[in-house]
Amino acid sequence: MIDWLSDLLFWIVFGAILYSLRGKRIFWTVGALALLLLFNQFFTPGFFHLQVLDGHLYGSRIDVLNQGAKVMLLSLGMVLVIATGGVDLSVGAVMAIAAAVSSRLLVTQHQPASVAIVAALLVSILAGAWNGLLVAGFGIQPIVATLVLMVAGRGVAQLITEGQIINFLDPTMVYLGNGHLFGLPFTLTLVLVMLLLAYFLVRRTALGLFIEAVGDNDEASRYSGINAKQVKFLVYTFSGLCAGLAGLVACSNIKSADANNIGLYLELDAILAVVVGGTSLQGGRFYLVGAVVGGLFIQTLTTTLYAKNVSSDISPVPKALVIIAVCLLQSEVFRARLAHLMRPLEKLLKPVGSRFPQNLFSATRHDSPKS
Amino acid sequence: MATPLLEVAGLSKGFPGVKALDAVDLTVQAGEIHALMGENGAGKSTLIKVLTGVFPRDSGETRLSGQSISPNSPREAEALGISTVYQEVNLIPHLSVAENICLGRQPTWLGAIRWGAITKRARAALARLDLSLDVKRQLSSYSIAIQQMVAIARALDISAKLLILDEPTSSLDKTEVEELFGKLRKLRENGLGIIFITHFLEQVYEISDSITVLRNGCRVGCFATKELPRIKLVAHMIGKAVQQVEALEQKRASTATIRSDAPALRASGLGKKGSVHPIDLEIRPGEVVGLAGLLGSGRTETARLLFGVDRPDQGTIQINGQVVKFTSPRTAIRHRIALTPEDRKVAGIIPNLTVRENIVLALQASRGSWRRLSVAEQERLADQFIQSLGIKTPTREQIVRNLSGGNQQKVLLARWLATEPKLFILDEPTRGIDVGAKAEVEKLIQSLRQEGLAVLFISSELEEVVRQSQRVVVLRDRRKVDELTEAAISEEAIMQSIATHSLERPAA
Repeated sequence: MIDWLSDLLFWIVFGAILYSLRGKRIFWTVGALALLLLFNQFFTPGFFHLQVLDGHLYGSRIDVLNQGAKVMLLSLGMVLVIATGGVDLSVGAVMAIAAAVSSRLLVTQHQPASVAIVAALLVSILAGAWNGLLVAGFGIQPIVATLVLMVAGRGVAQLITEGQIINFLDPTMVYLGNGHLFGLPFTLTLVLVMLLLAYFLVRRTALGLFIEAVGDNDEASRYSGINAKQVKFLVYTFSGLCAGLAGLVACSNIKSADANNIGLYLELDAILAVVVGGTSLQGGRFYLVGAVVGGLFIQTLTTTLYAKNVSSDISPVPKALVIIAVCLLQSEVFRARLAHLMRPLEKLLKPVGSRFPQNLFSATRHDSPKS
Repeated sequence: MATPLLEVAGLSKGFPGVKALDAVDLTVQAGEIHALMGENGAGKSTLIKVLTGVFPRDSGETRLSGQSISPNSPREAEALGISTVYQEVNLIPHLSVAENICLGRQPTWLGAIRWGAITKRARAALARLDLSLDVKRQLSSYSIAIQQMVAIARALDISAKLLILDEPTSSLDKTEVEELFGKLRKLRENGLGIIFITHFLEQVYEISDSITVLRNGCRVGCFATKELPRIKLVAHMIGKAVQQVEALEQKRASTATIRSDAPALRASGLGKKGSVHPIDLEIRPGEVVGLAGLLGSGRTETARLLFGVDRPDQGTIQINGQVVKFTSPRTAIRHRIALTPEDRKVAGIIPNLTVRENIVLALQASRGSWRRLSVAEQERLADQFIQSLGIKTPTREQIVRNLSGGNQQKVLLARWLATEPKLFILDEPTRGIDVGAKAEVEKLIQSLRQEGLAVLFISSELEEVVRQSQRVVVLRDRRKVDELTEAAISEEAIMQSIATHSLERPAA
């Protein structure tokens, strides 16, 4: 009974959010998430079950939020990098480095957790700055420049951990990925804080405009007096910071630093999250909240596939199919074609006098003011 | 009369918020050169794109030789016999001439390319234009004019009945244009229908048989070229009475100058190896200095040195008497210099940002990212310039890519005016924009001069340089060869100095 009521409340709120977003770019991302959740509502028993234990909320949806934190954090950095027309392939490796640095300091050097965390974040920022230097300073193509650290980074992490998997039990470190705040996982707070930070960094200053200008037309930005190098350097550095945080969360989740596996292939999930969030890989216009929702979408998809007992060997296939579908939905060309195909259907429906949304598939303009 | 080659009837095409074409008719006969005229945004490009299947049409009919057609892609249009050569040469510079001509339709045998056949076919295609080139040479080793001919040869290689030329002459010099026209006349004799789009009125009168004028997406009318006086054509294009146009054309820059003697900018011996030979240049406040010369004579290169895009390796720049060094456009902007580049698309507009964002960009860049202009402030700036420059856009939040060339140029001017520059370098500000917008840009330049700005005006159209400038610096082969002042400025004088000095070996 309670479950039924809470589900209804959830869908009313979700529907209201979706309705308020119509006509905006992010509508398709949130809509895709809604469809995925709707599927789970009907076909995955227990997915919507929520319970309170020790004052903390538990349930599949909460798990998704908690597990998705890593990709959401990564996508916040990634979306800015992609907006400048680049890409950061090294975030997974930087996660491993951050995990290695913190656990090494914590366990082998017996440093307090605060020192370990700050040091790990500083090293991650340094790693991001290195990428920024290669791309902005030396003009190396972003894929190549960040590939260096993607490959070498895990080696560096191995060196730091001396090839060991370091386990730790420090309460502060464990809290990062497993603790609760206000009844919800602490990682959620972390994501929100970083989202707000990113928002203020790019939308309350002119940095966002510069990022979009550089990504859309590098040469013209230079002629306009924008310091494109500085802009690029900044976004890679910020991406490093985000990766470092994600790395800390990842090792806290499993209470150990495994340089080989932490953040493995997560750079791909982050890129997908950004694309699902509505930002084009060609750079230019970017959508911060879209990227975070995109991260959430990818995690929901992963969790759904687990819940449906799809073996991890073949799960990439359905995952790919769903992602292609979402990208198609965002494509104006595709929607126009679809609208064309739907025309006979609309004619059929017209006499019924239904309130069939006539313009659902028509190309929406996404050039409305941002604020 | 025989069936026309191309008949377009009641063609309409709309984009969100704009009716780009409204029931347009167009008839082209075989063996005719038909000019399509209109201001930027009049619908010429859209009409071509609908004809060649880039855009689907909303309504109307197209008949080719009496047969109703509706191509869905440029490829289908080509197969039907409609070939297009665009303004920018759409070829691949690193491939050979032959490869470019046959690209996408290579003769093959069991999936393998028949190189012999390609070479033969390319020679045949070029022969139709009386051209004999080494078809195995890389395309980029030929001049732009030759590349343009190759593009036409490529278009004719498919059994074309109708050839569409979109601004084919904008990057050609006079003799090259003549050569091109010779070829076009020959094609006309062979019964080809040609649609010719250009902004150069003289060329229209030189080559076309009839003219269709578009304005705001509607057809104004179709005229025989011989029966349409030039002034009337302009009046049709901009939709004003003939008298108004005459007043516009006769307006010349008044020579009354408000100049102080101290130059706003002085360049002494400024040069860069492989770019420009050392040049001396002075621009005073309230003065328009014209930079004249043929394409490739070093005009743009000079502008790039003055704006810090390229770093000079010799000479100095003085601003208000103080020596400055520009390492990037940012440093030049800090000294209140502005530049609108020759190539709007590459170095000018940020295509997917809005009009508002494009306008505030340079001002915001000079303030840095922390001192962000509030949205209200940005909107005020954008509205102010949209109004004062007459930028035609549905809203200030329209994406700049969707505006016509002339309006994009105005957005760029607005971007720099917002920074309140002391020296404004305008590199080909009127290229590819229509008569009406041209007149507005010229008027703007004169009003800037009266406000005490120093202006460096670069243009290929001598007539414009003469009308605008109080002083003209003539360049030839990347060096300054002459400087003309007020009374001495005339088109003849400029041409004279280009011609004369080209005969002498300039002293090293």
